[in-house]
Amino acid sequence: MNIDFTPEDEAFRDEVRGFIAANLPRECADSPALGVMTDKSVVKRWHKTLYEKGWAAPAWPEEYGGTGWNATQRFIFNEEIARANAPRLMPFGLTMVGPVIYTFGNAEQKSRHLQGILSGDVWWCQGYSEPGAGSDLASLKTTAARDGDHYVVNGQKIWTSYAHEADWIFCLVRTEQSARRQEGISFLLIDMRTPGVEVRPIISIAGLHHLNEVFFTDVKVPVQNLIGEENKGWTYAKYLLVHERTSIGGVPESKKKAAHIRAIARAERNADGGALMDDPAFQRKLAEIEVRLTSLEYMNLRILADAAAGKAVGPQSSLLKIVGSEVQQALGELAVEAVGYYIEPVGQGALPGGANARGIGPAHAWNVWADYGYGRAASIYGGSNEIQHDVIAKAILNL
Amino acid sequence: MEFALSEEQRLLQDSVRRFLEQNAPLDKVRLAAGNTHTVQRSLWAGASELGIPGMLIPEDFGGMGLGFLDAAIVYEMFGRYVAPLPFLGTAVMAPLALMLAGSEAQQEKWLPKIAAGEIIAGVAVTESIGVREGAGVKAGKGTLTGKALFVVDWAEADLYIVADSDHGFHLVLPDAKGLSRRALNTIDKTRSVGELVFDQVAAEPLPRSSADAVARVIDAGRVMLAADTLGAGQMMIEKAVAYAGERKQFGRVIGSFQAVKHLCAEMAAALEPSRSLVWYAAHALDEVPDDARLMACHAKSHLSEVGRFVARTATEVHGGMGFTDLLGLHYWFKRIGFDRQLLGGPELVRLEAARLQGWAA
Repeated sequence: MNIDFTPEDEAFRDEVRGFIAANLPRECADSPALGVMTDKSVVKRWHKTLYEKGWAAPAWPEEYGGTGWNATQRFIFNEEIARANAPRLMPFGLTMVGPVIYTFGNAEQKSRHLQGILSGDVWWCQGYSEPGAGSDLASLKTTAARDGDHYVVNGQKIWTSYAHEADWIFCLVRTEQSARRQEGISFLLIDMRTPGVEVRPIISIAGLHHLNEVFFTDVKVPVQNLIGEENKGWTYAKYLLVHERTSIGGVPESKKKAAHIRAIARAERNADGGALMDDPAFQRKLAEIEVRLTSLEYMNLRILADAAAGKAVGPQSSLLKIVGSEVQQALGELAVEAVGYYIEPVGQGALPGGANARGIGPAHAWNVWADYGYGRAASIYGGSNEIQHDVIAKAILNL
Repeated sequence: MEFALSEEQRLLQDSVRRFLEQNAPLDKVRLAAGNTHTVQRSLWAGASELGIPGMLIPEDFGGMGLGFLDAAIVYEMFGRYVAPLPFLGTAVMAPLALMLAGSEAQQEKWLPKIAAGEIIAGVAVTESIGVREGAGVKAGKGTLTGKALFVVDWAEADLYIVADSDHGFHLVLPDAKGLSRRALNTIDKTRSVGELVFDQVAAEPLPRSSADAVARVIDAGRVMLAADTLGAGQMMIEKAVAYAGERKQFGRVIGSFQAVKHLCAEMAAALEPSRSLVWYAAHALDEVPDDARLMACHAKSHLSEVGRFVARTATEVHGGMGFTDLLGLHYWFKRIGFDRQLLGGPELVRLEAARLQGWAA
């Protein structure tokens, strides 16, 4: 075992850190630090900066614009991004549909879509879940009926993050009513400006607007927008689900959150007037979560090292997902505890779209409630933790 | 970056696994638990052929000169088979104390004997972690007076290494005049602890003793206990999964019920991620000194909590059978319970971690 970073790794870290320090605009760094959601223009600006440096899609193959970094370098890059409070780039193009297009798409689809994803000029959203198809995704009902050189799409998607800001959506649609439900599904790219596409907002528990419903009424989609073969979409969807699973534990984000809680606890007072950080009961709670986080981090490193050695990630990602989301939620709860009654004015003030508005009370409390509320989604999205338990029972324990 | 066991380490772990599978089956554990020390002696002789007693001891003294990660993966196997062997005190804590604090003459006298598996060495450090019932040992001129509780590898020891209340280590022979010994029967019958009462007992100080040396011996012990819990917990999960695949109710195996499946999945989700923590904590003892103490606290406290969860959940999956002596699952249950408390329970260790990070006075 050797988990020291090599001198080359350290030099690489310095290079990344230096670049971020020199090129991350102040408002880009402030925005994610102060708000739960980062404004689209801020994310786009930072995306463009990374794109011009050639660093927008580290995980992509070099021929499509990737960096050629190894897993360790990608890990370092992600750590530095989180450390600098840089905004996270939208994953829907870069880590979801992009890899599907360069893996399963034809030459025309690659040349048409990859560039826009890489540069950040074209934003994507993901059309998987439906009102009746959540954990049981294969029961989806949105149909695409072939009509000459078009498909006609009808149905509804839900929980569509950032659909209201997206230019394109990649959708799972039913192209055939077959005996095995997974077999009649196709993977379709749809321009959000096509007539018949309607986006309606869903306001979340945190008072934020990032989720949407997307309705399709007789939407005409050219057959050129079909990825791969008709009725083979489930295969591509599964590929996408396991792709980039090594980051699902959210370690850099949780480390940052833990540091934020320590800062809060140094500033906040205890009932007896001392710093909250000096309260043994609080220390114990924080220490307990940090140990779980440390354990998660080393597991993540081990999986990364395995991945770098060419081993498949597989069902291990379910463990990362469960522990990662539990740690994230536990941190959210502890932050609520730490800011005490300053949770209340912020909770009332965070109206839809206003989560970045300045709150009442100390700045460190402004987003704690919104973050806590947003954190409820962590055990649901990406496959609910209950589904992950099923995966572990089946794929790891053979039950 | 390389976060994995080496080929040699995997081979080492496999050979220990095979040795214990063949030589320490449950009926042997039961025999040893009935205080049949001859079982322990003969098993330890077998382990000596693999070089286990001397694995941390430098080759100059007849050992293998391996590192703490190697020791951790071996002790993980010991936990897996609830091996009734004096590994913690004899193969880890005592040699480390001698290497850190002993004179050359002391090292030359004792390390080869330990490495050869000829002697069992008990270690008394409980009072350096926290004093209960007025225990504690004071050093006089070449003598010790006082009481040491929960001495590791107490039974049948040929040598004791005792920490006094001023961070000094001392060698004490079991037949020394004024020394009285009392067994402490604990829940875990697979390892022995006991009490030593000193009344002006002749003792030979380890001349290079220091607070840091005592702390490092405790750190190493804690990481080993975490590794032991990891192995014992892994075996409990495997037993629970196997049982769930055999036991039938309502006309089907209980493992087909989601309620039981999820109990098993929760155990895996709790234990598997902590494996990397144990590896890193052991690695840090050798290679990352700045991290070592905190990581030892983290590994000890985290595995204590995870271990308890796995132990009670695996027992739950076994239904009434888990409660019986017949099945023997309780040996693992109790081993994990013992690991939790020895060398500091998780509450105390977390407080130490808080202090190390400057959070608490």
